[in-house]
Amino acid sequence: MKLIIAIIRPDRLNDVLEALYRAEVRGLTVSRVMGHGGETERVENYRGTTVKMGLQEKVRLEIGVSESFVNVTVKAILASARTGDVGDGKVFVLDVEQVHRIRTAERDEAAVTPAVPVAR
Amino acid sequence: MTIHLLALIQDAAPTVVPADTAWMLTSTALVLLMTPALGFFYGGLVRSKNSLNTMMMSYVALGAVGVIWALAAYSLAFAAGSPWIGSLSNAWLSGVTAEAKGTIPHVLFMAFQGTFAIITAALISGAIVERMRFGPYVIFLVVWTLLVYAPVAHWVWGGGWAGTLGVLDFAGGTVVHINAGVSALVAAAVIGPRKDFGRQAILPHNVPFALLGAGLLWFGWFGFNGGSALAANGSAATAFTNTFLAPMATMLVWAGLDYLRTGHATAVGGATGIVVGLVAITPAAGFVSPMGALALGALAAFPSYFAMVIRSRTRLDDSLDVFAGHGIGGLTGALLTGVFALKTWGGTDGLLAGNPRQFGIQAIGAFSTFIYAGVMTFVILKVMGALMQLRAQPKFEGLGMDVTQHGEEAYANAEGSILVLPESEHAPATAQAMAPQVAR
Repeated sequence: MKLIIAIIRPDRLNDVLEALYRAEVRGLTVSRVMGHGGETERVENYRGTTVKMGLQEKVRLEIGVSESFVNVTVKAILASARTGDVGDGKVFVLDVEQVHRIRTAERDEAAVTPAVPVAR
Repeated sequence: MTIHLLALIQDAAPTVVPADTAWMLTSTALVLLMTPALGFFYGGLVRSKNSLNTMMMSYVALGAVGVIWALAAYSLAFAAGSPWIGSLSNAWLSGVTAEAKGTIPHVLFMAFQGTFAIITAALISGAIVERMRFGPYVIFLVVWTLLVYAPVAHWVWGGGWAGTLGVLDFAGGTVVHINAGVSALVAAAVIGPRKDFGRQAILPHNVPFALLGAGLLWFGWFGFNGGSALAANGSAATAFTNTFLAPMATMLVWAGLDYLRTGHATAVGGATGIVVGLVAITPAAGFVSPMGALALGALAAFPSYFAMVIRSRTRLDDSLDVFAGHGIGGLTGALLTGVFALKTWGGTDGLLAGNPRQFGIQAIGAFSTFIYAGVMTFVILKVMGALMQLRAQPKFEGLGMDVTQHGEEAYANAEGSILVLPESEHAPATAQAMAPQVAR
């Protein structure tokens, strides 16, 4: 299994979440982060103070997936997070040594396989 | 207002009455406060990335509309002219002096009416927030004040046809609220919905701001309605008291409707209920009894509440429900004025006092404004749209209007920002040198 970390623009988050949902990728963590991706710095003015905003708001997604889902997930993020301008972000794919699902103590592949929805 | 004004103008030798002047000075300041209050009401209801832009859309009316008011719009609204529009005899404030107009100085009358023009134009912004470019918006405010607000104010208050016909509009249900509400509806349709509208949840970022704004609007509204008597007299006291009572009833009914529909009495609903009640009592303030005001306020909750429920299910992105709040609220108030108005309280007898004709006159005033404001706003925005881009690009809309239109953030985080020092040779080099480090 792999851990996919994606850094994206905040305003693309909804599109990315929608794309991941359509790709049937379930289970992810989202955090708001600050970062810099080489884009032109935004200049802001507050009375006499001029400031170059070196860090931009970004959103970081962490998704643990089994091997068969790696490509699907990456493709979904690439397609949905792209605007074509510098600063769109990055996707990192990392090897994972172990995964444990806390509720059931399942390990590894079983732990990143989406839980079977309870029939209602 | 017209009735008082005409009566006062006909006075042989008008003199300034100190008591009236004192109350009108106070009222003018109270009404001016309503525009910043509206900024907070609207600013709290949008997303944080657009909050400064939304508040500035109200604040900028203080500048843009206020200046055009002094230069030309006041004259077009209140100088003697045709039944349709005033002349330019008071343009550039010529002839507007400390001499009496009625029982207050003419300059004070001009300033008091100016605060009305400012808030009316600012009201429209709620329909086009989070997407309209700031520059074109300011141009729109100025053109709209000249071509829509000034004529309609003249019709009703400046000696125009509606006032002559007997339309009762104490403080601006027609001139201010129907006018702005309809213009907002048309503006929302012409500008089009926000790119995220109907695709993702767009939630208020600061509900306490909305409550603060509604509270300050209520405070300012005592000047708006109480001051529309243009004197410190019984009529002002009636209007003041009705402004005190009507929103109380509206808020309670609104909370009840909220509770029945969603299971909760919401804070946003409470703030909205107050504003709708204030809107509805505006045309009736000095013409109905206090108990009439309570009844009017309670009834006014229903049309606006359900207009908002229905609107949110459509593709029409009147983002902050200016039409449902002010258009429908103003229409309800204007028509109910024709129902509850009483001669004994300063109005002309309405439907309940056995004069159905007044109801018809109210309807004529309301619907004429409805159509004129709608058509003119459509024309103004279409002509402007042919000359310039009215909307921000989707990319900038995504980034937020605060950063893209104003180069500021409401909740700025200085982390990682680089101070640009003025006229220093080292500053640019330092900034460039720091940038790659920051990237790590």
